[in-house]
Amino acid sequence: MEATAGPDETGPAIVRARELHKSFDGTPVLQGLSLDVAEGELVSLIGPSGCGKSTFLRCLNLLEIPDRGTVSVAGISVQRTGGRWGRGDEEQAHRLRRGVGMVFQGFNLFAHRTVLDNIMLAPRVVQRLPREPARARAMALLDKVGLSDVADRYPATLSGGQQQRAAIARALACEPRVMLYDEPTSALDPELTDEVLAVMRQLDRDGMTQIVVTHEMRFARAASDRIAFMQQGRIVEIAEPASLFANPAHADTRRFLKHFL
Amino acid sequence: MRWLPALCCCLLLAMPAAAEPLRWGADAQSGAPYVFHDPAEPSRLTGFETDIIEAVAHRLGRGPVMVQNDWDGLIPGLQRGLYDAAIDGIEITPEHRQAVDFSIPYFRTFEQIVVRRDQAGLDSLAALRGHVVGTLKASLADRILQGEPAIAVRTYDEETNAYSDLALHRLDAVLLDWPIALYYAAPDTRLKLVGAPVGDLAYGIAFARGQDALRGQVDQALRDMQQDGSLRRILQRWNLASPQAVGPGLGITVPSSAWQHYLAATAPIPGLADRLRRYASFLPLIARAAGLTLVVSACAMVLAVVLGLILAVTRRYGPRPLAFLAMLYVEIVRGTPLLIQILFIFYGLPGLGIRLDPFLAGVVALGLNYGAYEAENYRAGLQSVPLGQVEAAVALNMTQMQAVRHVVVPQAFRLVVPVMTNDFISLLKDSSLVSVITLTELSSTYVRLSTTYFDYLGTGLLIGAAYLLLGLPFVHLARLAERRLARGVGEARR
Repeated sequence: MEATAGPDETGPAIVRARELHKSFDGTPVLQGLSLDVAEGELVSLIGPSGCGKSTFLRCLNLLEIPDRGTVSVAGISVQRTGGRWGRGDEEQAHRLRRGVGMVFQGFNLFAHRTVLDNIMLAPRVVQRLPREPARARAMALLDKVGLSDVADRYPATLSGGQQQRAAIARALACEPRVMLYDEPTSALDPELTDEVLAVMRQLDRDGMTQIVVTHEMRFARAASDRIAFMQQGRIVEIAEPASLFANPAHADTRRFLKHFL
Repeated sequence: MRWLPALCCCLLLAMPAAAEPLRWGADAQSGAPYVFHDPAEPSRLTGFETDIIEAVAHRLGRGPVMVQNDWDGLIPGLQRGLYDAAIDGIEITPEHRQAVDFSIPYFRTFEQIVVRRDQAGLDSLAALRGHVVGTLKASLADRILQGEPAIAVRTYDEETNAYSDLALHRLDAVLLDWPIALYYAAPDTRLKLVGAPVGDLAYGIAFARGQDALRGQVDQALRDMQQDGSLRRILQRWNLASPQAVGPGLGITVPSSAWQHYLAATAPIPGLADRLRRYASFLPLIARAAGLTLVVSACAMVLAVVLGLILAVTRRYGPRPLAFLAMLYVEIVRGTPLLIQILFIFYGLPGLGIRLDPFLAGVVALGLNYGAYEAENYRAGLQSVPLGQVEAAVALNMTQMQAVRHVVVPQAFRLVVPVMTNDFISLLKDSSLVSVITLTELSSTYVRLSTTYFDYLGTGLLIGAAYLLLGLPFVHLARLAERRLARGVGEARR
C-alpha cells in the first residue's frame, strides 16, 4: 500500500531504489522503500525525524549498507539479499559511488587541509589527476560557489555557509552525476542558509540531479521537481510541490505539512 | 742476498698467527686495579689484568682487542662468542666452573677488612658480629659474610659506594678483595685496612666450554710468565705482589710505578683550575658517548614511529586476526621490562639463530619496545578523529586505506606530536640500558668516570648537562612541528 515513485516525463531514471530494507539492532528503519529519480530532477525528502530519510539517502551511495533491495545509480547496481558484505560488494559500491557526490549536515570538511586542498584531494587521490588540472578544476568550482577569495584558508576559519558551499564544491570535484544532501542547511544560522540554497538552485538550472533531505519547506516547495513525504521507513506520498502542498492525498502528509504552513 | 727470500718465507709463515687478534672481554667500569681507564688519560685502557692479558696475547703472537661488556654479562658474552676470553677479577669458584672453563690462576689474594680510622677492635670476622658490613653483590666476600648470621650485610654494585658509606657512618666495616681495598680504601685518609687475611681466592681467565686448545696455550703462557718472573714484575708495578699473589720470589724487584701513577692521578685536586682542566679532559669521552646515545635513540625512535603506526592502524582497521596479533604484541611488550627485552634480544635470540651486533640489538630492542607505546599513543589519536571525516572521504569514493592515509592519520598525528616528544626524551634516557650489551653510552660513561675519580657530583652535572643538551633541540623541534600541524584548528580557537 505504498506510493510507487515512477520517473517523470523529464527523462530516464538515473537513480533507482527498489524495495530497500534496513534495520538497526532489530529496529526496522527502512521498510521496502522504492524511488526512481530522473536525470536533472531535484527531489526533496521530507518527513518527521526518525522516519528514515537520512538512512535512505545514505543507502543511495552505500554509506549505509541496506539489508535487502537494490540501489542503482547511472547504470551501476548493488543488489542485497541479506548476506555478508564482501570484497566484491565493496568494489561494486566503489564503482557506484563514482557517480555520486554527498553533502553533510555538519560539512565534514577535512580540518587539516585548506579549502583548495579539500577540493583537490579526491581528484588527486581517487581519480589520480595531476596537480595542475586538479587545481584548475578546484579553482573553477570555488569560483562557481563564490569562494575564490578563501581558497587558501582553513575550514575552521570560515562561516558555516562558506563551509557548506566549500563542501558542495568538494563533492562536485569528482564530477558526479547525482548529488545527495543530508539536511544541508540545518546547522546554519537562518541568514546563511540562502547562500547555500542559491548554489543548489544554480546546480539545478545546470541540469544536476539532486536529492535533498530537508526541513526547509519553502526551498522544497520552490525548487523541487517532486517532494516525497516519508514516514516509518516508507514513502507515503510523492508529488509535485504544488499538488502536495495544495492537496495532500494522505492524512499524515496533511498533518505534517500543517506544522510548516 | 740469497738469504732474503728465506727470511721472507719465515715472516710469511709467522704472519697467520699474528693476523687473528685475541678478543678479550672485560668491564672497564668495574674499577681499579683490574681493567680500567687511566684516570690521567681517560681514553687509555690500563690495569694489572690488562697488562697480563696483553702479555699473554703477545706470547701467543696475537694482537689483543678489548671488548667492553657489563660485568654481569661477561660470562653470557663468552657463551655468545663476543670474545675469546674474559678477564676481570673473575673468581675461580664451583659456581663459575659450571658455566665456563678457567685457565690456571694468574693471581691469588684474600678478603680485606676496612674500617674507619677512628675505629678499634673490628679486625676479624668474629669481631664484626653484631655490626653492619658492606660488600659487593654476589662476590666471594658476600658469601663469606652471609655465612655469619650475626652480621648484617649490605651489598653494593660499586665498591666506591661501599667505602663512601663506611666513611659516612652508614656501615661499620667493608669486606672486599684485597686489591680493591688497596686501591679504593688505602688512599682514603678516613679509612684503614685492618686484621688478618680472610679466606682466599684465585682469579682465572675464563673461556667458553670447548675452547681447550686456546686454554692450553694461555695456561702455557701463564706458566712461562711465572717462570721468567714477568708476571711478578707486572704485579710489582701495580703494588700487588703480596706473598699470596706470587708465592716464593725470584729476588727481582721493580718499582710500583703503576700504583704511584694511579695515586697521583686520583689524588684529590685542590685547585678549581685543575679541577676544570680534568673535566675538560672528560669532554671527548662524553661527546663520543653522547653521540652514541643520540644515534641509538634516533634510530630506535624512527623504528618505533613506523612500527607504532603500523600496529595502531592494523589494530583499528585491520582484519580481526591481525588486529588481535597487534593487540597481543602491545600487551606483551608493555607488560615486560625493557632490560629483559634487551638481554633477550642480544643473548637470547642467538639461540634461535638470530645474531645481532650490539648496536643493532640495542636499536631493535628500544624500537620494538617504544613501538608498543607509540601504537597506543596513535590509537588514541586515531580514535579522536571524528567519524564524519572518514564518511566524507568514503563519500568522495576513497577506499578505507586512502581515507586512513590522507584524512585520518594526518589529523591524528597532530594530536600525538606532544606525546611523541615526551616519549623520545624518555627514550633518550632509557637508552642507558643498552650499556648492558657492551655499548658505552652516556650513563655508563658517568659510572666509569665517577667511580674512577670518586667524583659523583662534578661528573654527574656534566653528564646531566649532556642529556639536557641532547633533549632540548627535540623539544624545540616538536614545538615547531606542533605549531605547523595545528594550523587551521588552532586558528579557529583564536
